[in-house]
Amino acid sequence: MKLRDIAHSRTGDKGDISNISVIVFDEADYPLIEAAVTPERVKALFAEVVHGEVVRYTVPSIGALNFVMQKALGGGVTRSLALDAHGKCLASALLDLDIPGRAA
Amino acid sequence: MKSIRIGSGAGYSGDRIEPAVELAEQGDIQYLVFECLAERTIAIAQGAKRKDPAKGYDPLLEARMRAVLEPCHSRGIRIVTNMGAANPAAGAAKIREIARSLGLEGLKIAAVSGDDVLETLVSGGHRIEETGAPVAELADRLVSANAYLGAAPLVEALRAGADVVITGRVADPALFLAPQIFEFGWSMEDWDRLGKGTAVGHLLECAGQVTGGYFADPGVKDVAGLARLGFPIAEVAEDGSAVITKVAGSGGAVTTATCKEQLLYEIHDPSAYVTPDVVADFSHVTFAQEGPDRVRVAGASGRKRPDTLKVSVGYLDSYIGEGQISYAGPGAVARGRLALEIVRERLELTGVRATELRFDLIGIDSIHGDALSTAGEQEPYEVRVRVVGRADSMAEAVRIGNEVETLYTNGPASGGGATKSAKEVVAMLSALLPRALAKPAVDHVEA
Repeated sequence: MKLRDIAHSRTGDKGDISNISVIVFDEADYPLIEAAVTPERVKALFAEVVHGEVVRYTVPSIGALNFVMQKALGGGVTRSLALDAHGKCLASALLDLDIPGRAA
Repeated sequence: MKSIRIGSGAGYSGDRIEPAVELAEQGDIQYLVFECLAERTIAIAQGAKRKDPAKGYDPLLEARMRAVLEPCHSRGIRIVTNMGAANPAAGAAKIREIARSLGLEGLKIAAVSGDDVLETLVSGGHRIEETGAPVAELADRLVSANAYLGAAPLVEALRAGADVVITGRVADPALFLAPQIFEFGWSMEDWDRLGKGTAVGHLLECAGQVTGGYFADPGVKDVAGLARLGFPIAEVAEDGSAVITKVAGSGGAVTTATCKEQLLYEIHDPSAYVTPDVVADFSHVTFAQEGPDRVRVAGASGRKRPDTLKVSVGYLDSYIGEGQISYAGPGAVARGRLALEIVRERLELTGVRATELRFDLIGIDSIHGDALSTAGEQEPYEVRVRVVGRADSMAEAVRIGNEVETLYTNGPASGGGATKSAKEVVAMLSALLPRALAKPAVDHVEA
């Protein structure tokens, strides 16, 4: 199963820091993403893009995780050489993550 | 229980104008707020002000005000905006001129200043947060330093009867918090209510991003009517409870999902969203769909505000030069790769002094690099080559794009559509300033 099957996401930027939310469509699926989408996996997925620390915050009241990634935006939107200077495309890339399916 | 309706008329400087007019005419709102100041916008505006002391406010200020002043005036809707950018006083003078030309007599306009702390910051031995280096070390490369002010001077302006409040750098949620504090008489130390009001402000500050904009993913998350997306309205009660909604019949959607995405947008620790007014806590927020396009938000709270204000520091950082060219048809990717290799070698051969370079194949690996792209899985019909680099002078930056352009007659077969550009980069860093060193002021003019 892909993360995209049960969750949606949005990226935000502040300086050289990118944050990505991961939000389940059905709050019953929250434990699934909490177990499967770890900061280590996110750091590994974005190894080529994110050069700093990845910290995960949990917001169970809305069924969401929030990943805060340092050194992720080529120095920040104003000086980045990247086409996607805001890192806005990162959210969709994260949703391609493979996660274990729901228990039958 | 008393309640008010606040509309959000813009989520960024270049945003659409008609949805704000729709809010003014059909939104049954008492406040229309325009958030138009991104991180670097104010540094660019400072440049404009240096060239012409009557400029430095938002480039779309005139068009926006011409569109909404009359519908707001006739309905008693008060306007709050940070379109003053680097020059709120000049913005206020411009609004007065527009009001007069529209025949709106007696319109009261308040300009909030005091966010420009460049001199204070340079003389005080303050340090850059990211690097720890003294601000003064940036010397003549410093372009701007603007502190994020809180809601207090805006509340003062509303109390004095302003129909329009125009500011420079103010924390985005504070633009929305000020009308709530003023209308409900909240204490500036009622951290719980200020936290709730800040949550409302944060949900509204990007306008269309909470009504279904920046949300659609066809087949997964469908949104109807994006070409005429309606902008949001918050119905706030004096206890801080709130419903997010929009004008009936407008495009887009307000759902718990659109609200959740916006709640976490540009947030780091959800339990500590630091603003000049309060450290807001969104970690226990809940959303409930009360009806079509009506979502109730609950559970936000807050703690004591910080003793320091965040300052955005703009400085001349470098120059960026770029060139692009396209290849199409069979073998397009191989010709694109050859083109990149040629430019890479040329930049060395000709001694271009670039401090950083990037080589992209647009459509293949330009966004997240090889590791995440599907490069090699299937051959696209066309590819666009992009070479971009940083240099310490405009002359060196220009040479990067030139090397891409010379591929026309010197590179692989059938290259087309070459473009090149070079620009000066004003970059941003941050600093923290003791609150007492920023001195907000409110000036009034009347049309």
